[in-house]
Amino acid sequence: MSTATPILEPEVATHWRRLREEAAHRAPAQLTGTRLYLEHITVSFDGFKALNDLTLYVDPGELRCIIGPNGAGKTTMMDVITGKTRPDSGTAFFGPKIDLLKLTEPEIAEAGIGRKFQRPTVFEQLTVFENLELALPGPKSFWRMLVATMTPAQYDRLDEVLAIIRLAGLRNVIAGTLSHGQKQWLEIGMLLMQDPLLLLVDEPVAGMTPQETERTAELLLGLAGKHSVVVVEHDMEFVRLIATQVTVLHEGCVLSEGSLDAVQNDPRVIEVYLGA
Amino acid sequence: MRAGSRPWWPSWSADRGGVTLVALMAFVAVMTPLLNLAVPAASPFHMSTFGLTLVGKYLCYAMLAMTVDLVWGFCGILSLGHAAFFALGGYAMGMYLMRQIGTRGVYGNPILPDFMVFLNWTELPWFWYGFDHFWVAVLAMLMVPGLLALVFGWLAFRSRVTGVYLSIITQALTYALMLAFFRNDMGFGGNNGFTDFKELLGFDLQRDATRVALVVLTAIAVALGYAACRIIVESRAGRAVRAIRDAESRTRFLGYRVEYFKLWVFVFSAVMAGVAGALYVPQVGIINPSEFAPINSIEVVIWVAVGGRGTLFGAAAGAVLINYAKTYLTSALPEVWLYALGALFILATLFLPRGLAGLLPERRGRGEVVIAA
Repeated sequence: MSTATPILEPEVATHWRRLREEAAHRAPAQLTGTRLYLEHITVSFDGFKALNDLTLYVDPGELRCIIGPNGAGKTTMMDVITGKTRPDSGTAFFGPKIDLLKLTEPEIAEAGIGRKFQRPTVFEQLTVFENLELALPGPKSFWRMLVATMTPAQYDRLDEVLAIIRLAGLRNVIAGTLSHGQKQWLEIGMLLMQDPLLLLVDEPVAGMTPQETERTAELLLGLAGKHSVVVVEHDMEFVRLIATQVTVLHEGCVLSEGSLDAVQNDPRVIEVYLGA
Repeated sequence: MRAGSRPWWPSWSADRGGVTLVALMAFVAVMTPLLNLAVPAASPFHMSTFGLTLVGKYLCYAMLAMTVDLVWGFCGILSLGHAAFFALGGYAMGMYLMRQIGTRGVYGNPILPDFMVFLNWTELPWFWYGFDHFWVAVLAMLMVPGLLALVFGWLAFRSRVTGVYLSIITQALTYALMLAFFRNDMGFGGNNGFTDFKELLGFDLQRDATRVALVVLTAIAVALGYAACRIIVESRAGRAVRAIRDAESRTRFLGYRVEYFKLWVFVFSAVMAGVAGALYVPQVGIINPSEFAPINSIEVVIWVAVGGRGTLFGAAAGAVLINYAKTYLTSALPEVWLYALGALFILATLFLPRGLAGLLPERRGRGEVVIAA
């Protein structure tokens, strides 16, 4: 991680600052309280503590960037939130009432947590349209799906999402033939179809071209406010574009938290990243 | 105004393979009665009783192949035990046919089938009760494979057993059933199984007219089975099933209960395999535990792979073509057959990853959603 100041043209920097501010002010009034509570979470794998007494809160409509060196526990944290990994101790609540540790993965998805994986995982054999269709919210039992058709409202929602992720012209294309960046957006689009309250996004710009990275930054900033968004990312240029609140993880717990500038100037962060 | 919004049932216009399959079944249903019953026996166009049996047998195999394609090609469950469901359906039909023999058996016992008299049994075991009624046999040929698949699948899918491990336990399932059915005290005729059937619903099974009717029924069953499978795979549930095949955990995070989707597809497939087995038994005239042999289930997978996985009609075509080759080779060059089958599988895997169906020109009319202004 470089601690150098952003190398952006002043007007470009202003553009991004405006987007960030808009996102921060879009938080709806009815969403008060905290969206996600992780308290004293510990996960160990064969004695190695992937998460060590991690405590983290995310507000409604907030866009939170999580950074940290490899092995800091970022992915494990996502796994705990989505029910893939059960912690050894600690509590995880979604809103004040929903105990995530008691729910299965599909139940957590239904409760309103969407996850985007590090590697884009779209359904490669299906079309862009079909990928989004499968992500429609609502009852998902086999027998209902057997005779399911789409309502006009669902078509509209699908069109809307296709426009947001800029794949409107590629709706009938097999997802496996999309570019890497387009697959990432399609996956974000699939999350949007579910209209989740909390979006977990794991390394969205890994392997993207600069243009794709910028497009992704705009996309995520556009989502903040309507949804809580947690972004795990290594690419500091990207974090600089979107971040208002940053959390630094190190060895399974929170090392530092605050604005990007504050975090970058935190001596502990500098030590971890640059070595003492 | 919206045009072309998709109904839940599949469209036929884009499905050339399926239309061809159904047309072929209609052709079989029309031609077998003509060639066997109307064309005089002396004519070179006459279809012999042996020919009828072969056609009926191939069609049953085609149906079995489609059931394996449904779970393997679309859901990614490589079942190496589907012949077990086929055999169970066959045994259910066989029990009815045994009860129909009545006093015409060698021992002339009106209640007990010959093998029970031979074993000095005096009473009909409880699980044979009711099998003198056809509807009981029909229920059994649907329910027994279905319930076995339900219990087995529920245990396997809930524990997230996938891939090669699942394949191995399906092999174990059919092997265990084979060993069980080989035992005389199971009450299913031991290694001889059931044979010497006389009549089905009062129709003499030795008569060509009855056999023609069975072939016609089987052709109809293949067409209906194809249509049912296609309704499943072309529904949104079917797209979810394909999504599970390609990215199971992604599907789970979208909120799908993956294990139930697998389970229902597996159960449907098992029931359909049972129906195929039930149609098979009166036509070939025998059912014995060798139908449960693990090699049988593996052969079905080869039919599907050669014909074209994930196409349904390709699986049916593969079953018919390979079994035709088997009929020919096992009489002409019996020692070559297994090598030929193995070579065919390897060659198809290497050079025809999408099977014979993959040789057809690419088509994709599905997913067309036109938004008109």
